[in-house]
Amino acid sequence: MKIQSVKDLEQIREEYSKRLYYPDAVKVNIGMASCGIAAGAKASFDRAIQEFPNGNGIDISQTGCIGFCEVEPLVEILGPGKPRVMYKNITEDKILETIQDYNENNFKKKWILGQMRDPRSFLEDDIENPLAGVTPLEEIPFLEEIPFYHKQVKIALRNCGYIDPDSIEEFIAKDGYFAFLKALHDMEPKEIIMQVKASGLRGRGGGGFPAGIKWETCARHDGDRYIICNADEGDPGAYMDRSILEGDPHSVLEGMLIAARGIGSNQGFLYVRNEYPLAVKRLVSAIKAAERYGLLGDNIAGSDFSFNVRISTGAGAFVCGESTALMTSLEGKVGRPRAKYVHTVEKGFRQNPSNLNNVETYANVPVILLKGADNYAKMGTTHSKGTKVFSLVGKIKNTGLVEVPMGISLKDIVFDIGGGVPRKKKFKAVQTGGPSGGCIPEQFLNLNVDFDELTKVGSMMGSGGMIVMDQDTCMVDVARYFLDFLKEESCGQCNPCREGILAMHDILTDICAGNGKEGDIELLEELGMMIQKFSLCGLGTSAPNPVLTTILYFREEYEAHIRYKKCSAGVCKPLFHYEIDEEACNGCTLCAKRCPEEAITGEKKAPHEMEQKKCIKCGICYDACKFDAILIK
Amino acid sequence: MSQAAQNKSVQFESVPSIDIDYMELDDIIADEFNNDKENLIMILQAIQRCYNFLPRPALAYLSTKLDVPYSQIYGVATFYSTFSLEPRGRNIISICLGTACHVRGGERVRERIEGALNLHDGETTEDQRFTLETVRCIGCCSLGPVVKINEDMHGHISYDQVNKILDQYE
Repeated sequence: MKIQSVKDLEQIREEYSKRLYYPDAVKVNIGMASCGIAAGAKASFDRAIQEFPNGNGIDISQTGCIGFCEVEPLVEILGPGKPRVMYKNITEDKILETIQDYNENNFKKKWILGQMRDPRSFLEDDIENPLAGVTPLEEIPFLEEIPFYHKQVKIALRNCGYIDPDSIEEFIAKDGYFAFLKALHDMEPKEIIMQVKASGLRGRGGGGFPAGIKWETCARHDGDRYIICNADEGDPGAYMDRSILEGDPHSVLEGMLIAARGIGSNQGFLYVRNEYPLAVKRLVSAIKAAERYGLLGDNIAGSDFSFNVRISTGAGAFVCGESTALMTSLEGKVGRPRAKYVHTVEKGFRQNPSNLNNVETYANVPVILLKGADNYAKMGTTHSKGTKVFSLVGKIKNTGLVEVPMGISLKDIVFDIGGGVPRKKKFKAVQTGGPSGGCIPEQFLNLNVDFDELTKVGSMMGSGGMIVMDQDTCMVDVARYFLDFLKEESCGQCNPCREGILAMHDILTDICAGNGKEGDIELLEELGMMIQKFSLCGLGTSAPNPVLTTILYFREEYEAHIRYKKCSAGVCKPLFHYEIDEEACNGCTLCAKRCPEEAITGEKKAPHEMEQKKCIKCGICYDACKFDAILIK
Repeated sequence: MSQAAQNKSVQFESVPSIDIDYMELDDIIADEFNNDKENLIMILQAIQRCYNFLPRPALAYLSTKLDVPYSQIYGVATFYSTFSLEPRGRNIISICLGTACHVRGGERVRERIEGALNLHDGETTEDQRFTLETVRCIGCCSLGPVVKINEDMHGHISYDQVNKILDQYE
């Protein structure tokens, strides 16, 4: 069937929203993004399919990332007239019992994360809540009320974890492609761009450039214009783009279609990171489905507008996240950036005007057209509108993907949503912006997170990685870590970046090895400023950020490393040793049992001893001790 | 041929000789990727999928087929970290050193694996059993520290589990 008008979409929506909201049989949605699969969701899925091959009244279905990675595999079960229940940690051995329990109305509190009060998203507030007539379960919290979900607003992630990513029909049932058809039939290209401009949407890939202005400039230049999607998510610790591609690929395609219509382009490219095979697979299937329905291809929906999309896979180069490097790489060449005297919106891919946005940016676009730019702009701060997806990782209780309105405080994200630092350790800093960003210390926890506020404290939004660090994280080592990453990823074209990063890395390595000397900190600052000023592309100009912010906020740690040869976090091996606190040790023998070098000895129920010569500082005893009896000295 | 170039070719001889199936290469280059220079990176990825690395004769053939200078192909093959010009082991260990894994002790896991196999980043064991690679974030941060072996993900790895996990792979 080829979609011709909104009526066709409405027909599909009606048919499939039943499957999403009012299934005839018990429906089991298993979260099957890469992270869920790694946690065991595929095994659970296979087990369930094996048990119910022909349904037998049970509909086993896959969905994308449900967000709360810490308790994956996540499984949601819904049935006619029954509550929608989200189960946590449902591995292979638990899946059948879970389904059976749900069928028999036997709800194990321990296995349940929560029940849903209202499964509608931000988009569908004009339909009745499908759970309106259902009696909720007693003593089971509502998902919307548990701290992890309470402050979240899902726009970019609106369909992740709700629909089957391989089903275009389910996407349509969640108002998918309605915005595009509206743009195609009822709006002039200029109007589309005006709407995006009015929404205040800024690029979610790192720079935060206003998307509407970019589109407008690109549309002004003549040539074969290209719409390119940057899905080369290289920031370590950020995986929201992967989750969107794996959980809701059509939203990105729809965003690209709208951009193509607004800018006037017939060809799109998706540059996807090679490390994301599942994202590529789901995109391929999404493109095929969209072509089948006539939503991609020639003369879309009976109009004279044609648009095709091709996937190109990256090959593991961080610098290819930079726009000019990405476009060179798309041309099949070595991905080196160039100076941007002429912007890519004028001369980019194949020397033609090219509009590049990232995955999350495109995923936001359909919502802007459907709900109106004003509505979208109501959320967020003065200069940063809408929501942002963050991947909350590192030393945090509730690891996961969270989407929050811009302007929410850092404290809300880390402590309310994230649940704070595990194991009663002390919060030290949160790192945002990946290798280009910086470390934000405790004193800025009240900071309202948006593009500008993060820049003010020396960090940046980046693509939204938020790595929480506790007392056991050494800030000098973190700085060294990022430079180690960047020295590998520098394309080597310009001197400040290639040689400068290397020089800074060498100094930091010396400091971490106990060979730091007076003047090193000042030299790092000087080098950092030089690299910032004189590098060719964004990779170089932002590379010193992790070092400069850690020096700014944690100078005393650098000084302790250099002057007193001490690493109080217990990371830089030559600068600390472990000791057993005789008073705290109650002789539980756990450390002695786990020590791979047999360096710890002692009688049961008596304080243990550590033989320093044998100790390799692997940290197993420190992690294992439940009584804080292993000290870092 | 210059001395340096000769050395290069001598080194190349020491790589176990591989039979290149040129018909298959034609299929990849022409049918799958349309003889299109812009698809060079994806063609190289497809070749690497076939041979587990990029055999130089295949690259030379590719150069004539696409009419792209060999130097340029070599440049691409060495610029991007996915590609390997040396044969790789039967099992590929990818240690995630993304930031989240790093702060959760990924470095210690790396040390342990390097010690257990006596390998460094990018090297292959003599018996071709393992190749060790480090990667920056595979997006499974909640499971950190993570090690991926072939397609299997091993999460929450502690230092003392390493040998047990490695033993699972022949």
